[in-house]
Amino acid sequence: MKAFTDLYWQLDATTSTSEKVAALRDYFASAPAADAAAALAVLAGGRHLRSVSTSQLREWAADVTGYPAWLVEECYAHVGDLAETLALVLPTPEAAADAATDPGLAELMRTTIHDLRGADEARTREMVMEVWRRLAPRERIVWHKLLTGGLRVGVSRTLVARALAEVAGIDQAEMAHRLMGDLPADAAAFADLLVPEATAADSRRPYPFFLASALDRTAVEQVTEDLGDAAAWQAEWKWDGMRAQIVRRGTDTTVWSRGEELVNNAFPEIVAAGSTLPPGTVLDGELLAVCDRHLLPFAMLSKRASRKHVTKKILAEVPCVFVAYDLLEEGSVDLRAMPLAERRRRLEQLVPTPFTDLLAGTAAADAGCLFLSPLVAGGSWTDLAANRAESRARGVEGLMLKRLASGYSVGRTRGDWWKWKVEPLEIDAVLLYAQAGHGRRAGLHSDYTLGLWDDGKLVTVAKAYSGLTDAEIVELDRIVRATTLEKHGPVRICRPTVVLQLAFEGVSLSTRHKSGLAVRFPRIVRWRKDKAPADAGTLADLRRMIAADG
Amino acid sequence: MGRTRRASSGFVVRDLLEVNESGLYCERGDFYVDPWRRVSRAVITHAHADHARAGCDRYLCAAEGKLVLRSRIGGGSPIDTLRRGESVSINGVKVSLHPAGHLLGSAQVRIEHGGTTWVVTGDYKLHHDPTCASFEHVPCDVFVTESTFGLPVYRWQSPEEIAAEINAWWRANRDAGRTSVILAYALGKAQRLAAMVDPSIGPIVGHGAVMKLVEAYRASGVRLPPIDRVPPRARRVGNGRALVIAPPSVLGSSWLNLFGESSVAMASGWMTLRGVRRRRGFDKGFAVSDHADFPGLITAIEATGAQRVLATHGFSDALARYLRETKGLDASVLPTRFTGEATPDMAVAADDDNALEADA
Repeated sequence: MKAFTDLYWQLDATTSTSEKVAALRDYFASAPAADAAAALAVLAGGRHLRSVSTSQLREWAADVTGYPAWLVEECYAHVGDLAETLALVLPTPEAAADAATDPGLAELMRTTIHDLRGADEARTREMVMEVWRRLAPRERIVWHKLLTGGLRVGVSRTLVARALAEVAGIDQAEMAHRLMGDLPADAAAFADLLVPEATAADSRRPYPFFLASALDRTAVEQVTEDLGDAAAWQAEWKWDGMRAQIVRRGTDTTVWSRGEELVNNAFPEIVAAGSTLPPGTVLDGELLAVCDRHLLPFAMLSKRASRKHVTKKILAEVPCVFVAYDLLEEGSVDLRAMPLAERRRRLEQLVPTPFTDLLAGTAAADAGCLFLSPLVAGGSWTDLAANRAESRARGVEGLMLKRLASGYSVGRTRGDWWKWKVEPLEIDAVLLYAQAGHGRRAGLHSDYTLGLWDDGKLVTVAKAYSGLTDAEIVELDRIVRATTLEKHGPVRICRPTVVLQLAFEGVSLSTRHKSGLAVRFPRIVRWRKDKAPADAGTLADLRRMIAADG
Repeated sequence: MGRTRRASSGFVVRDLLEVNESGLYCERGDFYVDPWRRVSRAVITHAHADHARAGCDRYLCAAEGKLVLRSRIGGGSPIDTLRRGESVSINGVKVSLHPAGHLLGSAQVRIEHGGTTWVVTGDYKLHHDPTCASFEHVPCDVFVTESTFGLPVYRWQSPEEIAAEINAWWRANRDAGRTSVILAYALGKAQRLAAMVDPSIGPIVGHGAVMKLVEAYRASGVRLPPIDRVPPRARRVGNGRALVIAPPSVLGSSWLNLFGESSVAMASGWMTLRGVRRRRGFDKGFAVSDHADFPGLITAIEATGAQRVLATHGFSDALARYLRETKGLDASVLPTRFTGEATPDMAVAADDDNALEADA
């Protein structure tokens, strides 16, 4: 645990990519393979289920320290990080483990986290107390994060792949591919990961996703200058769905989300459709929810994706399709190095029906749920810009631009794939509640709930927390404290004084906010110090945007 | 806030101290403790800007703190002093000053009248500090305590442990040819750091704002290791071996470029929290404070025997509630304009240390 704790604090202390990679490399090169496998699962794997609830931890911390529960809560509201709060309030350990008795990460995870799943409360409490007595405060923070499933330390899978590639002495893209799908579960599998020669691919393993970069350009001249001749590019609509790969190999069909989670259970009809593909096929595309020729809001798709098991009712309410835009493997041959134009030609043969046929009602009744991502016509940037301008009316986010001559790369490599999103919608909204942030913004009120006018009252419409500078956050924090009307735990209700310009991608009906509306991807663009709350927008303004949104 | 209470004799008596628009006021004695406006008579707990304002007609402070206070408020107004164990009667109210351990000359103000004793702590710490007298536990009926770090997450390491950490960081930087820059309040923390580190590691260099007060400390008889000034118009200082002590306001200024490659650390109780450390991008944070930590506050409060406790600035709500509910004390919040230890976000923005004018 000491070695992993040191790694955690090294990663935490730096923002330099090369220092992070060096710390990871040193750890993976020296840690016992079982611990390395456990660390890899923690750093690059999905979230695991918590074996202890955070409210239990708070309660037990109050018991151990003798502090009243409200005081522990008060500390949490101030610190902004539960793992850290608990580590700081708990008594200093009587007998911290020394090097000889220090449990390895794998053993500690097994005995104090995995084995606790399903254990009764008394046993769990006893184990937690035991660990608290044993670990030093800096180790406790890390263990608490492991226990509650929230260890985030600014390390992407790409970074882990880079470090492991260096340890193994192999190409980074090859390591990124080996890390796709199921991660090594034990020491032997971790050792296999590091062998220099290519290993037989796991039949379920997807390819690392290629990610597009944002093209922050509006003027056609600028786009021409940046991207050159439009004829060298393929344009598609940017659908607001979930990126996914269908992997069909042997008798297996698996569907993987971009978060590299297996989502077969949530999308059985996509798995069924994928199993009709020839073995040795991998499609890259987008999962979308479509009902009666209409795209459903992303929130409904997301609700379905989070299901472990989907019911008949959900299947009927939120039917899904897969819109394919790339062919990564055909006849068990990796096509990623092939130019896009050729991959597209082959994809059109394999999946011939354009998704637009389904929306237009011209697709055959038995078309199933695999469709082709339609191309957007446009011989020039001017034509494409005109199409992009229609995005909102079509229910898409803008255009995807892909260089026809390009291969399918790994991660967010700039240059060949661009998302050219439509300009966001914007409205001026009033700060109503503020909540203390986490991590770097702990202790500062940096999560804001914003409202709009409706019939002389302000009603909440969105939560947003990005877009202000650090200095503005500090300044706003002081205003929040000075204008607090009520405190509810970490949340402060403020007297309306601050107007923030809110940008978002779309508006839909919602039951989550009092306003009955929900905005997609809300973020703060700027602080409108020139405006008073009375100048902020209204719900009616927002409703009109739905209408315009199609 | 002041309140009337029924004394055991049955008479209704006013509180000995009340907060008004100018500060914490003793009507009976007609004086203020740490007023935030100009008043005729000010009793000063210590010379930090939120406690000692210039422009009052007459000051009273602990004898050891006179030179430091003078350097902060400038010439003109007379400063009366009290030695340890001495007391003075101000309009019939007995006033004495007792070490608070916060910085040189910092004092708790003991005020006694009509059989009731109040103690106003100003800022204080219980840990040992080689640059000032240690905190004295003074029995009283009403204890007016600071509560800057009045949450249990604030628990300091021992001064020896912190000194060892700072020395290890300095030594590692020196071995790597990097200058060590430690940011701290120019008054108090800076001198304490100079006195607590191991001067055999390398030379200690002080920012102009720090040096002004180093002189006042030395003139007051405090022993400090040799500290070099940054020469005027210097282009490059040190050779990666030095420990530079500077106020937080230098952060982001070109002044730091004088030292070439450096590691910048912040010395503040707020450095306990990871979020605060990360937000400012310090290379290192040392949780060293001249305020009492939570256990220290509780120890100090209980040692007074006071049944009534008034908490000012910081986590006063939480501390007062804890004292009421868990310790059974008559505790409440006394609203003042003291700020305690500014968070790094505030400290970096504030030019309380007059860093810029002392920069030349």
